[in-house]
Amino acid sequence: MTQAQEKISEQIPETPLETIDLRHEFADLGIGDVLDQLDSELIGLKPVKTRIREIASLLLVERIRQKMALATTFPTLHMSFTGNPGTGKTTVALRMAGILHKLGFVRRGHVISVTRDDLVGQYIGHTAPKTKEILKKAMGGVLFIDEAYYLYRPENERDYGQEAIEILLQIMEAQREDLVVILAGYGDRMEKFFQSNPGFRSRIAHHIDFPDYSDPELLWIAELMLQQQNYRFSPEAREAFTRYIGIRKEQPLFSNARSIRNALDRIRLRQANRIVAKLDRTLTADDVMSIEAGDVLASRVFAKGAGTAGEAR
Amino acid sequence: MRVTQGCFSFLPDLTDEQIAAQVQYCLEKGWAVNIEFTDDPHPRNTYWDMWGLPMFDLRDAAGIMKELADCRRVYGDRYIRMSGFDSSHGWESVRISFIVNRPKNEPGFRLERQEVGGRSVSYTTRAYALDRPEGERYADQ
Repeated sequence: MTQAQEKISEQIPETPLETIDLRHEFADLGIGDVLDQLDSELIGLKPVKTRIREIASLLLVERIRQKMALATTFPTLHMSFTGNPGTGKTTVALRMAGILHKLGFVRRGHVISVTRDDLVGQYIGHTAPKTKEILKKAMGGVLFIDEAYYLYRPENERDYGQEAIEILLQIMEAQREDLVVILAGYGDRMEKFFQSNPGFRSRIAHHIDFPDYSDPELLWIAELMLQQQNYRFSPEAREAFTRYIGIRKEQPLFSNARSIRNALDRIRLRQANRIVAKLDRTLTADDVMSIEAGDVLASRVFAKGAGTAGEAR
Repeated sequence: MRVTQGCFSFLPDLTDEQIAAQVQYCLEKGWAVNIEFTDDPHPRNTYWDMWGLPMFDLRDAAGIMKELADCRRVYGDRYIRMSGFDSSHGWESVRISFIVNRPKNEPGFRLERQEVGGRSVSYTTRAYALDRPEGERYADQ
């Protein structure tokens, strides 16, 4: 019996149970809290939340079946998150580890976040130990491979990425109970990656697509971020930021929530500058907390003909 | 003759679950776990061969148990031990060490007496297994 099963079976009485109070079981695990937290702290992402609820329900039922001593196989939990930059793939992966841990499907609930550089070596014989090292670290938790499509470089047939992929596949199959692999990357490139590595697609049970945020959702995210840092928009500033989002979205290199975060960082800089510019006065907490329209409107995004490539200032 | 070195060596051999539990204990204490093997069971042989590098920064015993399985596949006829190294200041040494694999047949040790100067005798122990070259000592089991 593996440790994972052992952990689950600790509470199993000798004779299988006939009936199980579902509500009690649900409350007992505390997934309700995790899912509620997911709903309240992550804005938008409807399909993602639905999918996570489905997975959580499946795992709950799986646990109950185990308690009733019905034959089950360990569910495949490897996932692939696709979506544009800044749509919250990493954030959700971190939450996922928590959910899986609460349900008892991973033992430790830690996340090891890696990219190609951490898995692929630089010379012959370097890749296998490197990949295995990372896999060992991730055992009992979640291995999050960001921009996973970089692992496969079709233009170079001697690329060591293929070796890393083979080891990954082998472990993903053989030690399903010990670790959960989550691949993440941009939609189209991941599609190409899966086409050239069909083994990967079939070993991943859950393909989740992260949609882009709508304008109101982005504003909501901005307000939440400010609230977490003890700032707030004045009504005019909020209106200005709504316009900012509309314009920024049309510009190149827009990366959803990440762009919003960067914009807010720059707005905070300008706010600080504005406050420091007038030294001869006393400040209230309200003064340092509120962001005025001027702080937002000074952004280069509003400047005429600001069609410059690169992150807007 | 059963070789008794390190922790738990007077107990029956640990099962894999018991080994995993010990390894998990080491990891939770923050120790780096090593796998070492040898076919020279002499108690003064402190330097065993290492199987790979010491495993730092692990959270779960599964990774180490996999390495142990790999090591057993290659050196299943030899002694394999695990040790937990504590790198924290003031310790910087091995905190636990226990045998996890041993040859099926352990022939034991011969006591040799050597008469030296007058009537005094010096003693030494020599493992019977050492009569054969390294790598073949437990091969025919």
